[in-house]
Amino acid sequence: MTDIRLNIDGFDITVNPGTTILEACKKLKINIPTLCYHPDQDIKGSCRVCVVEVEGNKNLVASCCTPVKEGMKVKTNTKRVREARRTMLELILSNHNGDCLTCVRNGSCELQALCDELNVRNDNLDKVYSKLPIDNSNPSLVRDLSKCIKCGRCIEVCHKVQGVGAIYNVNRSCEMEIRPPLNKNLSDVQCVYCGQCINVCPVGAIYEKDDIEKVWDVLEDENKHVVVQVAPAVRVSLGEEFNLEPGSIITGKIVNYLKKIGFDKVFDTNFTADLTIIEEGNELLYRINNGGKLPMLTSCSPGWIRYIEHFYPELLEHVSTCKSPQQMFGALAKSYYAEKNNINPEDIVVVSIMPCTAKKAEAKREEMSNEGNSDVDIVLTTRELAKMIKESRIQINDLEEEKFDDPFGISTGAAVIFGASGGVMEAALRTVYEVVTKNELKNINLKEVRGLKGIKEAKVKVGNLNVKVAVANGLKNAKVLLDLIKEGKADYHFIEIMCCPGGCIGGGGQPIPGTNDIKEKRVMGIYNADSIAKIRKSHKNPAVLELYTEFLIKPLGEKSHKLLHTHYKDRS
Amino acid sequence: MDFKKKVLDIIKNKGETSDKLLEILLEVQNKTKGKYLSEEALIIISNELKIPLSKVYGVATFYSMISTKKRGKYLVQICNSSPCYLNGGKMVTKTFEKLLNIKVGETTKDNLFTLEYTSCIGACDIAPAIKINDEVYGNLTPEKIKSLLNVLRKEDVK
Repeated sequence: MTDIRLNIDGFDITVNPGTTILEACKKLKINIPTLCYHPDQDIKGSCRVCVVEVEGNKNLVASCCTPVKEGMKVKTNTKRVREARRTMLELILSNHNGDCLTCVRNGSCELQALCDELNVRNDNLDKVYSKLPIDNSNPSLVRDLSKCIKCGRCIEVCHKVQGVGAIYNVNRSCEMEIRPPLNKNLSDVQCVYCGQCINVCPVGAIYEKDDIEKVWDVLEDENKHVVVQVAPAVRVSLGEEFNLEPGSIITGKIVNYLKKIGFDKVFDTNFTADLTIIEEGNELLYRINNGGKLPMLTSCSPGWIRYIEHFYPELLEHVSTCKSPQQMFGALAKSYYAEKNNINPEDIVVVSIMPCTAKKAEAKREEMSNEGNSDVDIVLTTRELAKMIKESRIQINDLEEEKFDDPFGISTGAAVIFGASGGVMEAALRTVYEVVTKNELKNINLKEVRGLKGIKEAKVKVGNLNVKVAVANGLKNAKVLLDLIKEGKADYHFIEIMCCPGGCIGGGGQPIPGTNDIKEKRVMGIYNADSIAKIRKSHKNPAVLELYTEFLIKPLGEKSHKLLHTHYKDRS
Repeated sequence: MDFKKKVLDIIKNKGETSDKLLEILLEVQNKTKGKYLSEEALIIISNELKIPLSKVYGVATFYSMISTKKRGKYLVQICNSSPCYLNGGKMVTKTFEKLLNIKVGETTKDNLFTLEYTSCIGACDIAPAIKINDEVYGNLTPEKIKSLLNVLRKEDVK
């Protein structure tokens, strides 16, 4: 096929056939405004904000979905184009609840930014949006249809990336709305609360349930001993909210900030990630040696757990019984830590900072408690922490680096890679290899399972056993592996599944935007943090070893079962 | 015959693939009392065709010939595409609403009539036109509508 020559705004350019006008413009560094367009999604062509003039065409064309043609002459900056774009935005505004000043996306809204950039100064059209009740039926996600601009990004991510399909177009034409079927709330349908819809929403139509005020309240309550844990993926993404490059590691500054605002102890979820590896690694070995259900599936990702409970309950026996690191942390904070420091567990409040919206729902699960006392009390997303930081006026970039508190502050490189897809697998194999063979693992980097690819596989020789593993991120990819298991064709020993594309670095609670380019940088941040860690294998974590000596006695022991393991429910 | 079996039979007849969704929705609706798709029917279809319920519901609410609300014995569908609209479609709506004492989208208390809008039914030559169940009626005037309703009411008594 021959290349296509065209002219855009007076510049000649040659591109491959099939290139859209928008893509050709990008090559010339001509910045076309877009709204429904998302770099990681299919072309939708519904908002028409990207219109341009093509010589010989009566009507303006949407540049995102118009392929180039030989000899085409395109104009992107004429009065007609500018006015049409502005009109499109005015029409969208007439159907949008524009309470920007109090909107959760004030400052990060794509519609707001476009209205500013394209100089929209009139909002005179009749307002035709209906103020429908806000759906806050569940602990994780809130939907406000009065803000929805019907771009369909959330539908695409829910159906095509996650294979969940909790929401879709309802009705038609100007009555069209995006919502769960049969006038139900999200809590009544098979939503897994992954929050991927939030990450792609250009406006404030979907957001996480705000728990910030609860944290400020407990911090001022003198009768409470408030401890906080920070998940691995938060440290490589929070900086984006403060103008740092994606992947910048700001762990020490986060610790300093959390101490400054009054947390009694600042701990690291990495500690219980290491612990998870010990428990889960031993569970895997137990299953292999005792004819247990294989392949074993990881259990750290609560969106994934909700998915298998809803869609593949017949495979629940494959799921590791280990609680997630968040929940293990909470359980230990209110038992081991409480005992050791002579604090009444009922006076301890456990706060988590997570890259995840599903973690909010996980913390509320009935079985995630000990004698009626929840393991984890309040979960904030990375974005909510950023909001707290801004609200407190403390300049996080100016803070000194500080260290996590003992004993749950000591962790390894194996724990930090939990934040990226493939990390749990790599960390587990580092430990399983050494536990089984009693030899030191020389090359500890398992590169086959790293990166954003949807499904990854590897084979590792552990003693006499060829361990075959697979890793999936994004639930549509998980489904491929689950179907293989159902058909009896999955000869893996161990499968890691993360609900969100890219793993936790791409979680539903992470800074927006979180495009694939940005995710790749976060992944790099994660592996950088691993490579500079002093200890890089979970079973070498001295604090974890001490925990076993002092308290848990042995992996999969009685105390572990009571505090660190759980069970699942058929929700189909 | 119980309802579930009836729906499953229709699906089996039409074929258990996602491309048959629309045919199945229409057939199940036709075989359901009240000419609509109940929650139960939608869930069975979603499970059998392995299409998310949200999508099945989305398709069902997209097409005006499909309803997710129970309908009356006579389904009056008023065309609101341009030719009918320009030729007195508004009068047709007003007359029906007045005579039946319901709004478009509603069903009379005696479950006899349901009023709905539809897009073009191909009767532009006799605009303004409506469809009542499978019959098309055109060149409507308020008088014609009145006598039409009277005929249908009498038919029902028979």
